[in-house]
Parts: sequence; structure tokens; C-alpha cells
Amino acid sequence: MLRKVLYIDLSKGESWIAERQDLFEDWMGGTGVGIKLLQEECPAGTDPLSPQSPIILSIGPLNGLFPVATKTVATFKSPLTGELGESYAGGRLSLALRFAGHEAVVIRGQAERPVYISINDNDVKIKDATSIWGIDAPTTGVILRDREPGVGRRSIIRIGPAGENLVRYAGVVVDTYRHFGRLGLGTVFGSKKLKALVISGTEHVDLPDPRKYREVYNRLYATTVKTDVMEKYHDIGTSVNISVLNWLKGLPTKNFQLSSFSEGEKISGEMFADNLLIRRLSCAGCPIGCVHIAALKSAFSTHHEFEVRKVSYDYEPIYSLGSNLGIDSAEGILQLIDVCERMGLDVMSAGVVLSWATEALEKGLITSADTLNVPLKWDDVEGYAKALENIVKAPNEFYSALARGVDYAAARYGGSEFAMALGKNEVSGYHTGPASIVGQLVGVRHSHLDNAGYSIDQKAAKKPMDPETMVDEIIKEDNSRGVFNSLVGCLFARGVYTEDNIIDALGAVGITKSKDDLRDLGRRIFEEKYKFKVQEGFDLAHAHIPRRFYETVSTLGKVAPETVEEMLRIYRRKRGWS
Amino acid sequence: MAVDEKMEADIKTGAIGLPEEGVEPAASSRKPKKRRRLKVAHPERCIGCLGCMFACSRTRTGTVSLQNSAIKIQTQGGIEGDFRVVACRACRDPPCARACTTGALEKRPDGCVVFHKDLCTGCGECEKACLVGAISLGKEKKPIKCIHCGACVNFCPHDVLTMEEIPAEGDENAAKGSVH
Repeated sequence: MLRKVLYIDLSKGESWIAERQDLFEDWMGGTGVGIKLLQEECPAGTDPLSPQSPIILSIGPLNGLFPVATKTVATFKSPLTGELGESYAGGRLSLALRFAGHEAVVIRGQAERPVYISINDNDVKIKDATSIWGIDAPTTGVILRDREPGVGRRSIIRIGPAGENLVRYAGVVVDTYRHFGRLGLGTVFGSKKLKALVISGTEHVDLPDPRKYREVYNRLYATTVKTDVMEKYHDIGTSVNISVLNWLKGLPTKNFQLSSFSEGEKISGEMFADNLLIRRLSCAGCPIGCVHIAALKSAFSTHHEFEVRKVSYDYEPIYSLGSNLGIDSAEGILQLIDVCERMGLDVMSAGVVLSWATEALEKGLITSADTLNVPLKWDDVEGYAKALENIVKAPNEFYSALARGVDYAAARYGGSEFAMALGKNEVSGYHTGPASIVGQLVGVRHSHLDNAGYSIDQKAAKKPMDPETMVDEIIKEDNSRGVFNSLVGCLFARGVYTEDNIIDALGAVGITKSKDDLRDLGRRIFEEKYKFKVQEGFDLAHAHIPRRFYETVSTLGKVAPETVEEMLRIYRRKRGWS
Repeated sequence: MAVDEKMEADIKTGAIGLPEEGVEPAASSRKPKKRRRLKVAHPERCIGCLGCMFACSRTRTGTVSLQNSAIKIQTQGGIEGDFRVVACRACRDPPCARACTTGALEKRPDGCVVFHKDLCTGCGECEKACLVGAISLGKEKKPIKCIHCGACVNFCPHDVLTMEEIPAEGDENAAKGSVH
């Protein structure tokens, strides 16, 4: 397997390929290679929206080769948090990169006018995108499909108007329905005047021992489809958690003022699946098909004329644009998800920004003059849809502030005690207890998926856990996920990829690793990421925790600030940072 | 789930056909002669995982490749659209073999089409002859052809694909065979 990095410089209009065997040997691939390339490419204090700020896409040694190793990681400096930007997407991107023969792509510089990049094997072209600048993300995909080769084996990733207009939490839409959602990769694309990347390839992978490969593949495949390790994702999908967390008092509602939603049944995963789900899709190389697509049918006249939009949904958007905004209709949530899809906004950040703004308006921190008379009130779908469009257009100072994230908006208008961000990243949909709060705060990208604190809380709900045990669990996940994210697998399949299975899978493609090697790698990756975070100003000791977390009852009851402080103390000590 | 040894040996010798079938149909056999073919039973259930394509290239060629797969999952308007499953239909009167100018693709008496790699010039007439698009030239300019081995079926999570038995040609019941 060739382990190459493709470099593209948009300022110079050049591209070249470098073999970086050492880099991949030391850091595996995916997020390990991503953080090292970020350190190489991004000097301390770089403005994330300047030409010096890089975009790094990387895959790992199992992508395309084993079931559910379907993700690509994007590494960059986040324009939302000002420190580590790291986001994962599925779809067909990792496969396209594999068969194009590039395990990492580094994009530098800034184009003079809008461009898109077409990568077909080793052929890289930077092409004019002026005529599609301003076009929504789905339509951009439709247009580029007709222009570029590689039907059925390519990946098209693109931004919408949110990225172009530098909304700090703009995402990149991947192959429709999948996204580099978090931390503003789309914003960095926009700053580079980069509308899209189209990637396809015709390479194949020769295997050192096809028989052994088939044996390991078959075993992992069987584990994936035949056991209950991934059952949750087969049926209702991630949205099954709406009912579960609502019952557990862990479902953030109306900007975390409540942790259960009285109308929760109307927006449950079961409700979506029974009434709106029309099909399920899969990322290339995954037999699960967790991508749930709903049909949103709405009449536009009284003569039985309808618009039908196909919208993908998951747990997080139903939380952020649903319960968190007090919205009690599944169709209403789909309508808002669709706006974010078209604009290219991160659904999670967008929802949290709107929930803060709603409360800020209620409390008189802002006025209807600020909102331009858009009714920001719970359950007002039309008002929220309009506000999302205004965030992208930024017609006044208020919407410009919203476009910079909830932390910025609260610093400007007040209300930081209910501006639900940790590490400046708008939080995910869990108010399960202290492990969720601490996990997102200490996590390298301030995501619930860094260490799944929400899951630790739920375990503690069944069998009480002391703060130290919780911290140990967080650290274990922090590190082991660094390894899995270097491969780069879908975290939904983390139950399939035990350490033993990872070692077998790597062995089948000619990479020998021991358990100690993997654990060492996980720890080193974490440390390198923290080096970058600290260099860019992240300070765990002074990170802000909104008071709201302590006011609203969680799955584990009211969280005491002292518990969180104690866990943070233990965490710093165990990391050797005291 | 792995394809058996016999099948692997068959692939290695280039004798593409169905290993469990006799080369010549025995006129005196008591049971009607059957052959197995791949059937696209429920294309609308496809989720686009491409598991079948990987199974095909993995089994037939020992590589990980989309290009080396005989079965193809195509998108129509991206993944928002419906998937199209392109697979060999095991035609009774196979146009690919008829179009072959050198005899590299040969229809055996039992109806299976075998490929003789050494005779192939890579002219691509077979590819043009198949309206379905089920046979195509690979990077080496040799046709990538389905051998109806069923490897893909085992890796379809949604029963899009199945194997069916049809009467072998030369058998008295051949004319009653189903068409899909």
C-alpha cells in the first residue's frame, strides 16, 4: 500500500505528491497523521481564515478494506474555537481517497476567485467555480455530478452559502446526507474560496495474503451484521435515543432549561421511522445502512400539488433543532434540518445558537429590533427557518454575532450562563450528568464523541460510579478513540473493533502492531493534540462551564459544580498536568 | 462464507464457469441438469454499501477494488436517487460471446460462458454487445465477467441478490427456464 500525501496549493495553483512512509508508520493514518500534518502546516497563532491555515483530509490503513472503516477525518484550525478543528464524515469519501491513492490531502493557500478541485487518481485540477458560488450545497452536488468523471465511485464534498459567508460553524456536505459538520471546516473552505472537491480513483489494493484477509474480513463482517453489537443502528437508528434519554431525563429541552420534553413522543425515533422514513442508506463499505432518510411532503397549493424533500435525520439534529427549540412536530424538525442542509450549516451549533437567542429574547437581552422582527420563540418553525437564513446572510450586527457562535454572541449580549458551549463548541444532546460535561470539556475537539461521557453517565445510572472511575473511563476512551480514529472507523462500530480485532485487521494488510503499540499510539496522539490546543490558547483550568448545567436536573440528578471540579482536578492529575 | 477451494482453483486456471457443473452435460443423467445464476431479486432494497462489489473483487481477484468487480452498483443522480444493480443475466443466447471476435468468450454446451484469457485481444466488442453493461474491460483491457459463483450474495445485507437454479442448456427442460 502506498502511503502518499497529496499537497495542493490554491495560491500557486499547484499540486504535488509526497511519499511519507515514516509519517504513516509512526502515526498510523487518520487522526494521528492529521494532527502531525496540522502541526507541520499551521504555525502558532495562524488566523484560521487566512491562506496559511491548512485543510487536511486523511484516511487510515483499514479504510476501504474492512467493514465499517468508512470515515475520513478533516483536521484544521477551527474558526469557531480558535484551536483544534477535527471533524469526521462518512459517505464515499474514504473509499474515493483510497482508490485515488492518497491517504492524506493537504490544501494550502487561498484561491483568487471561487474554485473547485477535481482529483482523479494522480490528476489534480483546480477549476473555476465562479458560476456555482452562492448555490446551495445539494444543487452544487447535482451540477458537479454532470461535469466530473467517476460515477458510482467518486465523492463530491462541497459547501453551501454558510461556508462562503464565513459562518463560523459552516460544515461541508459529503455526498449528500453526510457531513464534516462540526467546528467550521466549511468556513475554512469558504475562506479559501474553495467550493468543492470531487475525488475519484481507479486504483486497487493488492493484499499480502488474500486468504488471511478474507478470513479476517469475513469474521468482522459477520460480527457487524449478525450479532447485536450494532443493533441500535440497524433499526430505528440513532434517533431511538430520543425516547430513551427523554425517559432518563437526559434530553436537553428548550436550551437545557429542562431535561425531558413533554412532547417527546411526537418527535421520537419511532415516530420518524413509522411515519416519515422512506429508505435507509449506507456509507460505502458498511452493511448497516444507518443513514435514515425521511420524506418531507408539503402542499404548496390547495390543488394537491406537493413539494417532496428527502431529508436525513439522526439523534443530534432532532435534539438540537427539535427538543432544544421546543419543536413538537417531526415535520417541523425536518424542515429546519433541510435549511441547514441547503445552507451548509452545522445542525448542532445552529440549534444551540437559536436556543440561546430564544432565551435571550425572552429575558430581554436582545430585542425584536435585533432579530429584525423574526419571532424567535419555542416551537416556531417558520421563525427559526427565517433566523437560520439570516445567520447566513448576516443582515445586521445581531445575526453576524450569531454567525460567530453562541460563545461569541453571549460575550456580546450577555447570557453566558445559558450559552450552551464547552470549549466554545456548542454542546451535543446529552444532559446525562457530570461525565458528559467533563468529557466534552476535556475532549480534544469538545465533542461528545471524544470520549462518550454521556455513555459513562448512563452506566453510572445503573450502577453508581465514583468521580475517579468516571475520569478513568474518560481517559481510556480519549486514548482508544485516537487509535480507532486513525484507522479511520465509524465509531458506531467501535464494539466490533476490539483491540484484538484491530490487530488482526492490521495484520491482514501487512501492519504488525501489539496492544502496547496501540495504547502508546493513542496516548501520543492525545498528547500531540493537546500540544496544539494549548499552543492555540486552550486552557482547561479556565474553561467556561455554563451555570445552566448545574441548574437543570440530569439523568444522575442535579450535578454539583464541586463534582465537576473534582473530576477536572483528578483528570489534570492523571494526565500529569497539575 | 469464503468460496471453496474448488472455486478458487477454477479462478486461477482461468476456467470461468461453475465448478460444480460438469463441462459436458451428460445425456444419460437422470436428473434434469441445472446451472446456478445470480439474480437481482430486489434492487429497490439496495442501500449502496457496495459489499457485493468488494466481495466480487476480493474473491475473484484477491484485490480490494471496485474496478475488478463484475457486479456494479451504480448511482443515478447521486445517493439521493435510486441505486441500479448491474449484474450479468446469464443470457441463453449470450451476445457477449457472439460478439467475441477471437473465441475468448465461449458459450459452453451447458449454457455457461467461459473466458479464455490467452485468446482475448481486448477489443471490447463484448462490452459493447451487452446493453445491461454487465461485462466491462478492466485496467488490463480484459473483460471482467460474472462467473455466477454467488460470493456477492453472501455479502448483501438486504437480500437484493439471490442465486437461482435454471435448467442447463442441452437439457430437455431448458426451454422452460425462467427469464429475469
